[in-house]
Amino acid sequence: MSHEDVLNPKQMPHDPEKATLEGKNKFLAFWFFLGGETVLFASLFGTYLALNRSTSGENTPEHLFGLELVFIMTMLLLTSSLTSVYAMYHMKNNDFRKMQLWLGITVALGLAFLGFEIYEFVHYIHEYEFTFRSSAFGSAFYTLVGFHGGHVLFGLSWIVALMIRNSKRGLNLYNAPKFYIASLYWHFIDVVWVFIFTVVYLMGVV
Amino acid sequence: MSTAMSQNRGLGAAIWDYLTTVDHKKIAHLYLVAGGLFFLIGGLEAMLIRIQLMRPDNDFISAGLYNEMITMHGTTMIFLAAMPLIFALMNAVVPLQIGARDVAFPFLNSLGFWLFLFGGILLNVSWFTGGAPDAGWTNYAPLSTTSAGHGVDYYVMGLQISGAGTLIGGINFLVTIVNMRAPGMTYMRMPLFSWASFVTSALILFAFPALTVGLFLMMFDRMFGSVFFDTAAGGNAIIWEHLFWIFGHPEVYILILPLFGAFSDIFSTFSKKRLFGYSAMVFATVLIGFLGFMVWAHHMFTVGMGPIANSIFAVATMAIAVPTGIKIFNWMFTMWGGNIRMTSAMLWSVAFIPSFTIGGMTGVMLAAAAADYQYHDTYFVVGHFHYVIVGGVVFGLFASLHYWWPKMFGKVLNEKLGKLAFWPFFIGFHLTFFIQHFLGLMGMPRRYWVFLEGQGLETGNIISTAGAFLMAIGTIIFLVNVVYTSVKTEKVSGDPWDGRTLEWSIPSPPPHYNFVQTPLVRGLDPLWVEKSEGKKGMTPAEPLGDIHMPNASILPFMMSLGLFIAGFGFIYQVDDKGWLALVFIGMGITLGSMLIRSLKDDLGHHIHKADLEKDIEKGAGK
Amino acid sequence: MRGWMGKFRSFFLFGALTLVLSGCGVDNLSALKPKGYGSDLLFDLMMISIAIMVFVFVIVMAIYTFVLIRYRQKKGQEDFIPKQTEGNKALEVIWTVIPIILLLVLAVPTVQATFDLADESTKGDDGVTTVEVTGNQYWWHFSYPDDEISTSQDLYIPTGERVYLDMKSSDVIHSFWVPSIAGKMDTNPGDNDNTMYLEAYEEGVYWGHCAELCGESHSLMDFRVIAVSPDEYDQWKEDMQNVDPEAEAETADAQEGQDLFEESCLGCHAIGDGAAGQGPNLTNFANRTKVAGILEPSKENLVNWIVNPEEVKPGNQMPANLVSEEEANQIAEYLMELDHSDVGSNLSGEEVEEE
Repeated sequence: MSHEDVLNPKQMPHDPEKATLEGKNKFLAFWFFLGGETVLFASLFGTYLALNRSTSGENTPEHLFGLELVFIMTMLLLTSSLTSVYAMYHMKNNDFRKMQLWLGITVALGLAFLGFEIYEFVHYIHEYEFTFRSSAFGSAFYTLVGFHGGHVLFGLSWIVALMIRNSKRGLNLYNAPKFYIASLYWHFIDVVWVFIFTVVYLMGVV
Repeated sequence: MSTAMSQNRGLGAAIWDYLTTVDHKKIAHLYLVAGGLFFLIGGLEAMLIRIQLMRPDNDFISAGLYNEMITMHGTTMIFLAAMPLIFALMNAVVPLQIGARDVAFPFLNSLGFWLFLFGGILLNVSWFTGGAPDAGWTNYAPLSTTSAGHGVDYYVMGLQISGAGTLIGGINFLVTIVNMRAPGMTYMRMPLFSWASFVTSALILFAFPALTVGLFLMMFDRMFGSVFFDTAAGGNAIIWEHLFWIFGHPEVYILILPLFGAFSDIFSTFSKKRLFGYSAMVFATVLIGFLGFMVWAHHMFTVGMGPIANSIFAVATMAIAVPTGIKIFNWMFTMWGGNIRMTSAMLWSVAFIPSFTIGGMTGVMLAAAAADYQYHDTYFVVGHFHYVIVGGVVFGLFASLHYWWPKMFGKVLNEKLGKLAFWPFFIGFHLTFFIQHFLGLMGMPRRYWVFLEGQGLETGNIISTAGAFLMAIGTIIFLVNVVYTSVKTEKVSGDPWDGRTLEWSIPSPPPHYNFVQTPLVRGLDPLWVEKSEGKKGMTPAEPLGDIHMPNASILPFMMSLGLFIAGFGFIYQVDDKGWLALVFIGMGITLGSMLIRSLKDDLGHHIHKADLEKDIEKGAGK
Repeated sequence: MRGWMGKFRSFFLFGALTLVLSGCGVDNLSALKPKGYGSDLLFDLMMISIAIMVFVFVIVMAIYTFVLIRYRQKKGQEDFIPKQTEGNKALEVIWTVIPIILLLVLAVPTVQATFDLADESTKGDDGVTTVEVTGNQYWWHFSYPDDEISTSQDLYIPTGERVYLDMKSSDVIHSFWVPSIAGKMDTNPGDNDNTMYLEAYEEGVYWGHCAELCGESHSLMDFRVIAVSPDEYDQWKEDMQNVDPEAEAETADAQEGQDLFEESCLGCHAIGDGAAGQGPNLTNFANRTKVAGILEPSKENLVNWIVNPEEVKPGNQMPANLVSEEEANQIAEYLMELDHSDVGSNLSGEEVEEE
């Protein structure tokens, strides 16, 4: 396939993300990468479960966590996963403007989530003096949730960079795989959060 | 290496070429040179250890320096020598064996190399900045978290950076093997080396993240005041052991499986026979890889996990002996009835069988959980893992280098010198390590700086040291061979060994696009299939046409350099927050390079049909 | 379990192996010369596994040698193309099934021994001794909570009965290993306590090592287990309980030394019962088999150790030049008087090479 065919295809196929060998490779590699990421988070969850009773003072999970805030955060992230599905739907229909719109909404929801998370951390640190250093529970909590937050930040930056870079030229066979795997990444982050919500917050409060 | 020099260009251009290359064959050269250098450094460290243990109460090196020596010997040999040398082989051979023009991600391939190299350099810089890491290659907390100075910080940052490179390499080869096989190259027609590389890559993918997390926790504890391993604050030091071995046990299979694959190819080629029990060999490889994840806690029998966990892990570990045994028998029956040519490559492979069998047997002995209460952390264990790593991995590397050297460099390593290097190394290896099993049982724990007089350990230790010198002599002769071969000008054909697999169907060294036309694979040992029908080469699967190739790039080098710089920042910001500047500069370079990579289109280039036709006249199509 | 496993020894191969291997190493140190329940059990397990492995190895080597001699390329046969055999189902089944059977033969005694050595059924019973073992960089502390006795470096146990050890560490991970009596067990910091037991068959002074890398003097963190008859053990307990930690030293030099000791050393070291301190408990120092775990018990060595601790055990916690050499002499004089019991003094050490 010539460069021209990749950048300005005469006709967009239905699965533009997998139309080229590069696209197929990226698609497969990203699934493998997510497999590795799963082990990474599994290790962090294991560590957290080993240490979540190693609290100091009254800063226990029961004492700290409030489900209201976390519930809102969960809803934000779940919704953002849905909106990124819409974006991919429009990508497959070759509707670049709508794809950008839905990606924009995804980013907005992600930013809101990140804002709440930062608020939550600041709240724990100032109201409860519960920090990364105060107990093994603290170290494990901030590391696990912080790693997830870091992934959210990276995912947002990635999607925004792609949106800006391609805003003028629209979809082609070269950038479609990039959009697609960025949305895969976003789903993965969402799934990890569901586990964090369950293991850290729900099991912490109950 | 020599190829770049011979092309009559300036040295600067040649260096720039290697800094920016995304060609898997050149990346193989880089891995080979870098891994080879680290192998020599690790070997030197081993010699110093053996000199220290030459006689009782020796004071050749101090206790502190000794602990740095053993730590760096283990870390260097595993992460910076064995793994890169394996990656050198995988890069040099796998795309050729499956009939691909390059790997799936040439850019990431280059990134993986530079991350490994900068991580390795970072680790070794510690020798010059106040002391290397000294808590053993296993780096158990809290000895590591409380170790004074910055040695362990270098360990953490160095391995984190080079580990990222390895992970990238693993994903790259997985995708390459799944997506880039030539027409007709089904999974069950893949040469065993490619199969083993595939399984190894999967192991890398699922094992390394556990180490990544372990290193992060260690980094946070040492540099940012978290208390994961600090028992006084409710932490738990055993978590490190679990994370380390969840990575560490698959790691030993990551090391050995590719060489199992290489031995399979070599036995088959030099016996002029098809591999005996091919599908059983594939199945055994996959099974070993799978079981490799189930047995990590056999490194921790004395930690106090209780008899139930110990028994489960003991039996699971013993199970691995079954697929390994299948392999040993299949190799012997590949030779059975064959026409065995004792080349240097074959000599190393033949020597591997008894050596590795002994290593495997002591492995089963170690798996017996209760008996391990005697073996654990003694020289018995040291003997065991050197039998599998030297007797398996290092023998395999020597065999593979002899076997694929012509494909990589267009010249055959000298056979006489090859055999001359083999004998001292082989004899020295058994002298060094066999006696160590007994030293362990006689009461010598591993990582002992001195052993005392009157414990009956003198004889064993002096024999072991003498053996180590013989191994050093063997290594030096091999190096002489490399230099001798590089200097002589005699070129070799594409197929010097009467090979059976695709890599031997193209010139040595191959043109940078490997195959002028992608070959059509019609069976296991595709080249042999064609030869047995009287054809000279492969049948093409496509008409001659333009070939799409990736562009060279300096960005992988820059990304790795950025992390290298940031590494120093992380290490020293503990002393003075001013060092955080380096973190920002380094991360700026890395993230900036990533951004450029993401935003700047890189569509590669095409080699045109007309140029290919010219190449064919010069012999590229063979 | 001992019964049927003991019978294995009568097998010829087994007996021969045992004979060869038990020639290895020094009495009271080598794991190949078992002198206690644990090491004996493990020795048998080792012998079973070695026997199986030698059996396999012999078969592999027989095929291997045959193949290499028979099928090596002969002159004039360079072009011979052998038959391209795909495999052989029957053979492949054989070399899959037989190893599985052999491994099962090994797995059964392995699991039995693992559970046997983890048994704690008599722990806490009347008359059963439990010792608290604490690993420290680079020394061992032993306290007998039931008897209110504390000591360091030399662990006294009665022969012929189980002695339970509750094990932990005050700093990094160590591993407690007395090869000729039992296997090893790690001592972990924090809450990961471990328990094992020792049972020595005969009286003797047994060598112990630290087996987990714990710092610069890891290789010098030796200790002794002194096994004495139950009667003598009771005598030793009585002697230790009768120690008056504040007893005045006898000679003038020693009295000076005692004052200096109280002034400079008591901050870290202890005399009498008590928890593990910064440094070893010195209650029965003069009865110790070694100074610092490794040196011959002479006054000269002791003085050198006090003045230059870094030379003897690199990286240890004792500050150098805390006292002058003359003062160290006096302290040594005092410490050499801390002789409270002659139990065990008749036992020979281990450094008799039998090769």
